[in-house]
Amino acid sequence: MTQTNFYRSIKDFPEEEFFAPGHRACQGCGETVAVRHILKAAGPDVIVISATGCMEVVSSPYPFTSWAIPWLHVAFENAGAVASGVERGLLALKRKGILSQKTIKVIALAGDGGTADIGLQALSGALERGHDFVYVCTDNEAYMNTGIQRSGSTPFGAWTTTSPPGEVKPAGQMTWKKNMPEIAAAHEIPYVATATVAYPVDLINKAKKALEIKGPAYLHVYSPCPPGWRISSEKTIQMSRLGVQTGIFPIFEIENGKRLLTVKPSRRKPVREYLKLQGRFKHLSDSDVEIIQKRIDEQCNQYGLPSL
Amino acid sequence: MSNEKPTWKNMPLAGIIFEPATSKKYRTGDFRSSKPIIDVKLCTKCRMCWVFCPDSAVSKTPEGLYEIDMEYCKGCGICAVECAPKAIKMEDEEE
Amino acid sequence: MPKHIAIEGSHAASLAVKLANVDVVAAYPITPQTHIIEKIAEYIANGELDAEYINVESEHSAMSACIGASSIGSRVYTSTAGQGLALMHELIFIAAGYRLPIVMNVANRSLSPNLNIWGDHSDMMASRDCGWIQIYCENAQEVFDHTLQAFKISEDERVLLPVAVCLDGFNVTHVIEPLIPLNQNEVNKFLPAHRKAAYTLHPDHPSSWGNVGTPDVQTELKVQNEESLKDSKNVIAEVWQQFEKLYGRGYDFVEPYRMEDADFAIMMMGGFCGTARAAVDNLRKQGVKIGLIKLKLFRPFPIQEIIQSMQSLDAVAVVDRAISSGGLGGPVYEDVRSTLYDLKRRPIIMSVIAGIGGRDITVSDFESIGKHVIDTASKGVSSKPLFIQVRS
Repeated sequence: MTQTNFYRSIKDFPEEEFFAPGHRACQGCGETVAVRHILKAAGPDVIVISATGCMEVVSSPYPFTSWAIPWLHVAFENAGAVASGVERGLLALKRKGILSQKTIKVIALAGDGGTADIGLQALSGALERGHDFVYVCTDNEAYMNTGIQRSGSTPFGAWTTTSPPGEVKPAGQMTWKKNMPEIAAAHEIPYVATATVAYPVDLINKAKKALEIKGPAYLHVYSPCPPGWRISSEKTIQMSRLGVQTGIFPIFEIENGKRLLTVKPSRRKPVREYLKLQGRFKHLSDSDVEIIQKRIDEQCNQYGLPSL
Repeated sequence: MSNEKPTWKNMPLAGIIFEPATSKKYRTGDFRSSKPIIDVKLCTKCRMCWVFCPDSAVSKTPEGLYEIDMEYCKGCGICAVECAPKAIKMEDEEE
Repeated sequence: MPKHIAIEGSHAASLAVKLANVDVVAAYPITPQTHIIEKIAEYIANGELDAEYINVESEHSAMSACIGASSIGSRVYTSTAGQGLALMHELIFIAAGYRLPIVMNVANRSLSPNLNIWGDHSDMMASRDCGWIQIYCENAQEVFDHTLQAFKISEDERVLLPVAVCLDGFNVTHVIEPLIPLNQNEVNKFLPAHRKAAYTLHPDHPSSWGNVGTPDVQTELKVQNEESLKDSKNVIAEVWQQFEKLYGRGYDFVEPYRMEDADFAIMMMGGFCGTARAAVDNLRKQGVKIGLIKLKLFRPFPIQEIIQSMQSLDAVAVVDRAISSGGLGGPVYEDVRSTLYDLKRRPIIMSVIAGIGGRDITVSDFESIGKHVIDTASKGVSSKPLFIQVRS
């Protein structure tokens, strides 16, 4: 299994921006960094289908759009299904000679809510049917656009407005983060990968690879959110990096069932170093942190990340 | 694009925006309360500011240096933190 | 002499879809629509229809995929019933709001609870504000004709709206009736082989669809769509006339039967109109001056035609196969009643609700309705909705 290095360094990144400035994302938004580079990998011949969420709302307040490429937003839970329709429509029209044979890539873009929760069914159907498209989940770990409510992707212990720590329930979010990459992989699709914004070369190469592969590809991008994670806006990339260095964001790809870590810290930092810097975790007790550490240790064993 | 609000008769069909990238007409620079200043003497052209800017507000000059478009920069400070030679400092935006 | 074939109502729909040379079908099975989509899948598998069949995992995804495929310029089809239509509810508004040509056959089925697979109009009535053109069919011939016409109406640049062609679950879907079909050459004279899309989503001319619309712009969008739905009436009539010119079968928004000298009428939509006609004939034999007014176009509501057909009557019973929950009676009744309100002289209008959840409406049931109309007319009182057949 290889990671083909389409882009060897940041200097190889295409200059052209397909996600224009003037969008209404918060200062320091992690997801927009991911979207910028994924679109660079795709180039102009792409159709992006967004689910309702941060990326959709900040990019399209009528009459302002940040999309330099064709963009379709329909509803919250159906990025996978709309993309299926676009992909098959393109196939049919090309076969009938109505559209030229030019390759047009299809990208479905959704947040963690639109993927792990309300969008899970449509994603699953699209993956099972084997459509030739890339599904990108930008994961900021809650329903951020509507004001930081928890999602199935919210990590254990996080404060959100619907999982707030209180007198009776002091821990905040009480269940573990849904493992979307493994759920996608269980559909036995050709390519699944995780990435994060602090490692842009890794990210753009995975996006390019996903786009080149025939059949469904799933790309999960961990994206810090300053207002939602309670960090100041300049810390986004640092937090993404720390997530990798603590093993909380395992960065790997799964190609035809085989797993490969693509970013492997030589030493792993304790999770406390990541948790203590974010306001959403400040209520955690020492024993909460220990529980999280233990869980992350198990996760790291599974993925072949170094021990503490 | 005129600043007049569309009527139901002249509004493009289905609420579609038929042009790409019209957000460029909106000045998100007004969000700022502090702004990045690049010390070009220290710049090593590592491109970190360009790659990590959420607002695509960094661009390459003809000399191969980097400059920040104040029309769009929201002053998040990521470029200052990620700049490898620490050539970028955040300063308070004047009123 | 035109050649009739014997065909199920469902399969008449499938045949029309095949002849329409659709590009994409995205559908999820639900009784009593299943025969429609099964036949289409067969056509595709046998190479009789060149289309992509997306076996979606729910009706919500069916309409989502239709929207996606239509946005890039495909000719798109789906079909559903009952709970399935209810599940696609948020999306059918979006389909109409995006001005997308889509044709959908609705095999009208009762909404739960109970779980009832049989026919009534409650599914489409619960979604009647979605902005789609809505047409009701009485038999297999109408299903075939209206489904074919729907593609043409939908894609007309003056319309650009999705069309729902409704057929009563089981009463029409599963009944074998005579059909005069058309062959591909004949259809090609009426419907172009491919859709000529007015605007599409494509990299050559990037556009953004589904933007955030603030209070500043929402009203204008809704008004624009509302006006386009109202204006579509003219195109529907035009297309129906073209069809009649080519094939000899004509249709009207409102179709009268024995109304020339009538004082009373029964109004009905869909499959039971045939039964109603038999009752009208029986009542006529008894000297009652009654006729049937068959309503075919439900949205946009044919206001002028309704007024014309009813203004000189003494009394009308509007028979609905659905209840307008918490309202005045049946949904068609409410629209008819509102329509006639401004007339100086109005007939008495009464609501009758029958045929719920597949309950049969017999000739004698219609005769009782007819007698009820006359009875109420003589008392000069407009009554509350009459639920015929309900056990109290």
